[in-house]
Amino acid sequence: MNVLILGIGNILLRDEGIGVRAIEELECRYTFPPEVELVDGGTCGLELRDAIGRRDLLLLIDAMRNGGPPGTAYRLDGDEVPAHFHTRISPHQLGISDLLATLTLTDSLPARIVLFGVEPGDISTGLGLSQEVETGMEKVLQAVYEELKSCGLQPEAIPADEAFRLGFWSTRQNGKEAVP
Amino acid sequence: MAKRIVVDPVTRIEGHLRIDCEVDGGKVTKAWSSGQMWRGIEVILQGRDPREAWLFTQRICGVCTTVHAIASVRAVENALGMEVPVNAQFIRNLIIGGHGVHDHMVHFYHLCALDWVDIVSALKADPRETAKLGQSLSSWKGNSHQDIKDAQERLKSFVASGQLGPFGSGYWGHSAMKLSPEVNMLAVTHYLQALYYQRKINQMVAILGSKTPHIQNLAVGGVANPINLDSSVTLNMEKLYHIKTLIEEVDEFVKTAMLSDVAAVGAFYADWTGYGAGVTNYLSVPDMPMDSKGTEFELPGGYIPNGDIGKFTPIKSYQDEFFEKNVRESIKHSWYDGDWTRHPYEEETVPNYTDFQDDGKYSWVKSPTFQDQPAQVGPLANVLAMYVAGHGPTKKYVDQTLKTVSSIAKTEVGIPALHSTIGRIAARVVRCAVLNDTMLNQWQALVNNIDSGDTSIYNKPEFPKGEQRGFGYHEAPRGVLSHWVVIEDGKIKNYQCVVPSTWNAGPRNGDDAPGPYEASLVGNPVADPEKPLEVLRTVHSFDPCLACAIHMVDKENEEIVRVKVL
Repeated sequence: MNVLILGIGNILLRDEGIGVRAIEELECRYTFPPEVELVDGGTCGLELRDAIGRRDLLLLIDAMRNGGPPGTAYRLDGDEVPAHFHTRISPHQLGISDLLATLTLTDSLPARIVLFGVEPGDISTGLGLSQEVETGMEKVLQAVYEELKSCGLQPEAIPADEAFRLGFWSTRQNGKEAVP
Repeated sequence: MAKRIVVDPVTRIEGHLRIDCEVDGGKVTKAWSSGQMWRGIEVILQGRDPREAWLFTQRICGVCTTVHAIASVRAVENALGMEVPVNAQFIRNLIIGGHGVHDHMVHFYHLCALDWVDIVSALKADPRETAKLGQSLSSWKGNSHQDIKDAQERLKSFVASGQLGPFGSGYWGHSAMKLSPEVNMLAVTHYLQALYYQRKINQMVAILGSKTPHIQNLAVGGVANPINLDSSVTLNMEKLYHIKTLIEEVDEFVKTAMLSDVAAVGAFYADWTGYGAGVTNYLSVPDMPMDSKGTEFELPGGYIPNGDIGKFTPIKSYQDEFFEKNVRESIKHSWYDGDWTRHPYEEETVPNYTDFQDDGKYSWVKSPTFQDQPAQVGPLANVLAMYVAGHGPTKKYVDQTLKTVSSIAKTEVGIPALHSTIGRIAARVVRCAVLNDTMLNQWQALVNNIDSGDTSIYNKPEFPKGEQRGFGYHEAPRGVLSHWVVIEDGKIKNYQCVVPSTWNAGPRNGDDAPGPYEASLVGNPVADPEKPLEVLRTVHSFDPCLACAIHMVDKENEEIVRVKVL
């Protein structure tokens, strides 16, 4: 089984960057089985085609406008995903909807797509997530963990006292220094 | 009576762009370009280490990632008066070239072609006739009857699935769509093939950049690609040859299929050489530095005022004062406090939103000027500069394209035709072909230099006490990009990005002269104000940095029509 966990978003617009931040957190907290790859997709669209193409499972993490209070976490599965991008709730739907369409055109759409979203609150210029979205992100991280576990691809937790625990973007926004 | 139409794209990723046009008697009589580009980067960068600025700037935009990283390290290197090892220049140049080719291909086939090519009509094409047409136009190997038939089947089943994606809301059947079903089908075939080749060139960027999107191999002072021909984990001959194979594969597609496609579209839409010239002051910068100081470049650039190539002034180096001293930005018509025209080093960003005022402030974009005049940037500006500077490959591909256009259109089409909507599109494809040649040259230069025993990739930056100022420029896919940095005691004090879409999409300037988008729209035909395909054609020809859907607002009926930018 071949799995991609893809986080997308713009880290310069606070909560907009939830997808990228989630990838970084996952990388800092777990060791993943070789079948699982993690990609920080930033705000890119078509350039991600190579990374996404022909996967058995794509776990997509993104900011998602759905009318709920900031920090609400969402999960969409299977056919709901392209439909979601079609009705434009996520800021990246356009790049991503074209991306999914070209993957369909070239017969390389992932066999299954699960989308995890978090309702953004503050999308002003700046780094770091709002408190609500930090909390929402934790729910998504747990859900991703469960999803992988259900596929028999359980990640292994990195002990808390090991050095490499804070990602580039999170160290900066929390005002904390990274553990050397 | 004049009718107002508003084309209002929405995207938060690369910035909003809204175009307002007054249409009278089937033509645009007045236009406004209003946008919100990223103007807040200094808020994040002030007080930071200049060595990491590029990691932030390449996150500004989802389309132009690499370019903001390159311009940023160049700006800091310029402020410190640094030299960069030539290996690092060649590696950066290969990345720039790969990114540029990818970007030009995506724009031509996947974003702009659908303004001219009717997908629904392509379904009616005879595959055998289409193959015959393709083979008469070029030697491209992907024009066989089987290739065309497969592409048409694929398109049919895609359309039947109902998930139209990028084809969802094109103006199919619009009276301004003029290609025969076979020409349409040929373009669709290459649209699908281009998906394969743009992937290939992106792989090259990934090998050198260590990651894509958002490369990780840059450093102020060089690159982080260790070179050791005896190691399997560094840049070695195996990786270098893999890179070369990828470039060559893409090269064939660009030089046969893509060049002949743009010539065919140009010839069948020859009337569009008469629309969309707009601002004909053209600014471009030299790129692909060949020495450590940035005084020799493979690709020339410079300034052409009033479309007069006889008055071309080259820009010669990273230290060139002709460039540094002549850039200004005005906020008279932008949503910032005050009414000033300043040099980027002296700018401040204090927002002052006033609502949309036709004769006052109406855009978040500042209005840049060069020698106090608006200037058009982009592949057309660069191709004209390279042509007049006598750059061999540019001359070859321009002449070849114009010759093909002339023979299909059965009339002589020359350089003046390039000052137009369709000319901008043709210039982009020419530049894509030029970049392919350049990548092969840069590859050879890198291999030769390594072969001479030089494996140096990095000079360590030193930050003296006090203030340093610097600028870095890059001829990005959409045109001149410049970053301007003020450093004080090793920290960033001020930072400004003057981006290509600001030059082109800027509002009226301090003298009320319209920007390039605005000027180019005046005189454009609009057959049906409800479906202003012609407005989109001209705006899209600039390759606006928007991967987005747009809202169409018809103010008279208060009716909102949603249109997708393709």
